[in-house]
Amino acid sequence: MGSRIQIVAIVGAVVLLIVVLEMVRRRRLMERYALLWLLSAIVILGLAVWQDALNKLAEAMGIVSAPNALFFVAVAFILLLLLHFSAAMSRLSDQSKVLAQRHAVLEQRIRTLEDSRLRPAGERALEREPTLLR
Amino acid sequence: MLVGCPRLPVAGRDAATSTPQLSGERAVSRPVLQYPHNRCLAVVPAYNEEASIVDVIRALRRHASDFDVLVVDDGSTDDTRQLAEAAGADVLRLPFNLGIGGAVQAGFTFALEHGYDRMVQVDGDGQHDPREIHRLMQAMASDPSIDVVCGSRFLTADYRYPAPISRRTGIHIFAFILSRIMRQRVSDPTSGFRLYNDRAISLFARDYPHDYPEVEAVLMVHHHRLRMVEIPVRMFLRNGGVSSIGSGKSVYYMLKVLLALFVGLARVRPVPEPGDVAPVAAEQGI
Repeated sequence: MGSRIQIVAIVGAVVLLIVVLEMVRRRRLMERYALLWLLSAIVILGLAVWQDALNKLAEAMGIVSAPNALFFVAVAFILLLLLHFSAAMSRLSDQSKVLAQRHAVLEQRIRTLEDSRLRPAGERALEREPTLLR
Repeated sequence: MLVGCPRLPVAGRDAATSTPQLSGERAVSRPVLQYPHNRCLAVVPAYNEEASIVDVIRALRRHASDFDVLVVDDGSTDDTRQLAEAAGADVLRLPFNLGIGGAVQAGFTFALEHGYDRMVQVDGDGQHDPREIHRLMQAMASDPSIDVVCGSRFLTADYRYPAPISRRTGIHIFAFILSRIMRQRVSDPTSGFRLYNDRAISLFARDYPHDYPEVEAVLMVHHHRLRMVEIPVRMFLRNGGVSSIGSGKSVYYMLKVLLALFVGLARVRPVPEPGDVAPVAAEQGI
């Protein structure tokens, strides 16, 4: 692998590593989402530094040019991250659905309680079942 | 003669449950409210149905008078909620639009929390006829092992449901697949006009499908070894408003439900049993 692309890959991976760690430090990124980012940065950094491993990987996968193997690994990690986020999003939307439902049920219960305190009970019962009058 | 709901001995039960010391758990699971006087609930999911909601509520009061009426306002932007409240229904206000599945599940949650024994879903657009509810009740009363009674448009020979051919074709495809899976004839798996007993209520309060829930719900009934029967009902075309399934979305609807059906088949346990890992959890790693 040419030394220029090697330098670019190393610099990129290091910057990614620093940004992720800094975001975790400032609590802008939760650890459980940072782990996968850190793993991808470390693997890319490792392959960029350790040329032998990258060459062996490229040969094993039948990739002629070693830098392409690095791109391949990076793309694989991106797909993994996207899938991870889709899963997280599904969980979040499920959670917000449950919250909305609980919220609505509780709100209705509060309104009913307030209503029954503000007005005589018989009045509301009559309103609900007008047939009681007959 | 209507098949009445089992009436609750109100005074006795309330006296038994509203003990002076209000333990937290009791307050959550059994509300100390003045209702329900009876144990049947009609859930009306409504999203921008101001044209028809009042008629639906009135018809329910007239033809299914032993049912409490709960309108689930699914984030409507028109006057659906105000009209429903003025018409005397209880209203759940969802803070944003959840779609039909989320709205109906809110109804199941309400029914479970308030200890209802029967819940019927009646769509807010007026296509379900509340006069048919007592026939659903009769069917359920005829056999205690029945958990869900579904009103089907396609069981009467003399009546053609006036829907576009594309929609009917889709319904029949689902019906065919579900009938094979369940080894029982399912003629109208997209009908939302269903009566549920307490077992079905507690199942669906825990887990109800998201976007277009009726078909998947049939599959869940099967997976959980509940029993569903269909009876013929008449349905109207919509009174007003816009259907949740536009013509452009039909294809998406078909694909999504087919995916759900086949994935649902392969799923070992569609719903967690007590003691399982929570399906929705904030504390999960990658």
